Amino acid sequence: MILVFVEHRDGKIRKGSFEVLSVAGKLGLGETHAVIVGKDVKTLGETLKDWADIIHCVENPLFENYSTTAFKKVVFEIAKRTNPDAILFSASSLGKDLAPRVTASLDSSFASDCTNIRIENGRLIATRPIYAGKAFLEIELRNKPYVLTLRPNIFPVENLSKSGKIEIESLEISEEDFGCKVVGIERAEEATLDVTEADIIVSGGRGMKGPENFALLRELCSILPNCAVGASRAAVDAGWIDHQHQVGQTGKVVSPNLYIAFGISGSIQHLAGMSGSKVIVAVNKDPEAPIFKVANYGLVADLFEIIPILKEELKKLY
Amino acid sequence: MEIIVFVKQVPDTESRIVVKDGKIDEEGINFILNPYDEFAVEEGLRLKEKFGGKVTAVTVGPERAISTLRKVLAMGVDDAILIKDDAGETYDPQRISKIISEFIKKEKIPFDILFFGKQAIGDDNMGVPAMVAEFLGLPQVTVVTKLEIDNGKGKAWREIEGASEVVEFKLPAVLSAQKGLNEPRYETLKGIMAAKKKEIRTVTLDELGLKELQNSISILKIEPPPPRPAGKILKGTPEEMVKELLNLLRNEAKVI
Repeated sequence: MILVFVEHRDGKIRKGSFEVLSVAGKLGLGETHAVIVGKDVKTLGETLKDWADIIHCVENPLFENYSTTAFKKVVFEIAKRTNPDAILFSASSLGKDLAPRVTASLDSSFASDCTNIRIENGRLIATRPIYAGKAFLEIELRNKPYVLTLRPNIFPVENLSKSGKIEIESLEISEEDFGCKVVGIERAEEATLDVTEADIIVSGGRGMKGPENFALLRELCSILPNCAVGASRAAVDAGWIDHQHQVGQTGKVVSPNLYIAFGISGSIQHLAGMSGSKVIVAVNKDPEAPIFKVANYGLVADLFEIIPILKEELKKLY
Repeated sequence: MEIIVFVKQVPDTESRIVVKDGKIDEEGINFILNPYDEFAVEEGLRLKEKFGGKVTAVTVGPERAISTLRKVLAMGVDDAILIKDDAGETYDPQRISKIISEFIKKEKIPFDILFFGKQAIGDDNMGVPAMVAEFLGLPQVTVVTKLEIDNGKGKAWREIEGASEVVEFKLPAVLSAQKGLNEPRYETLKGIMAAKKKEIRTVTLDELGLKELQNSISILKIEPPPPRPAGKILKGTPEEMVKELLNLLRNEAKVI
């Protein structure tokens, strides 16, 4: 049996959790149990019926906001009651924070940010990028329950046509379990999509020449669906755009459907962070730029000439 | 304020990672202090400057990691300890967390904060801080971009997708640093000279009672990433290139 930790934000199940549920249903370790935690999650739990056999709803007003220590206790308790072979999380900011702590509480084995998992002769084998994708590591997890986080945007969401049952779990929890707790969320001024969650990324590097020109990328981005603005380390270190947008080994590792690189030469550490993208487009004046080695489509051109035309042409499509 | 900062020596970001005989070839790799650990060291030093106390740096690794300890001593850390582990890169955060937790329990060095970088670039697990926090029963805040400490309590801003979570916690606690937390200082010449003379204590796994420590995962193989298909360079005027690009993205790649 597999236990899946399901995340929700703003009253919606997060896409990464559906990806994880889809993987769990086909892994070959039996039933899928979902666990969902919050102030009032039964209605949300209902939306998981196609994906999980049992949906454990853990409700308490104290769970309105995330707390690593308290949420760990919940997953630990549900794991003790249900005895899963594996516990799966999305490799989101929450999953990356909670999953290793759950592993330690159960003294089992952990693999993070997996891009492939499979069962082979009863052994759980996981593949995950290391050195930001400069190499791939294949490991066997030794100790049950195996805890894994799965990289977002890699696994497709598939409706599994299950007919799950809701179970309301009661669980003793007190203020003492909240050694750390979220007391507020500060959103970026403009509601921006995170690069790790985007289907399309338009990214700028040193060739953007200055912070004002990132407005051009934001305009392009506003036309494309589910699009985020990315940046190279050079652009971030120059102070042109916030670090949250940085793609690469000391930024974020991304795998969108489409990555368009404007004025990015393609340092080793940047390529490591984005070469997992399904399709890469590079626009650069320098035909020798290393970015062209990973690009599916290359435009040796001045980005300032290309962007306005691209914008007009895209407007015709969307 | 007593702070223990955990640092790791890693291949620098410009290093080409070459897989040889199923392992990472260390030949030609330049090893550096993990970039995220620099933010942890800097924050530790700033807290010490504000509240007094001591900053101790600890690494788990082979003998060569001593050069990384010298670097943080030169930045201003008071004391440095090498926990000698010759297992090489195991990519197993459980293993490292158990070593660190045993070290903390056995050594009884007082602390208010155990500070880490948010991840080591390399194994990329982001597992050790949270695991150590659990083994020691401490609160944790990972991926911290801003920190306020006051009167035995802390407030930390933690980066999440498109926003920050504001987290309140009690000390002692485990924290992990993200870029943006501060601007790390450079070593001074005086610091470098002083660091050369400092004694770096070595602790063995045997001394921690961990000679029989088992890994929780087994490495099956390490491979280079799959090669990307050869690309097309588009020709023509900017207008022609853009039209051709959109045609290819829509009809060939089917991504727009």
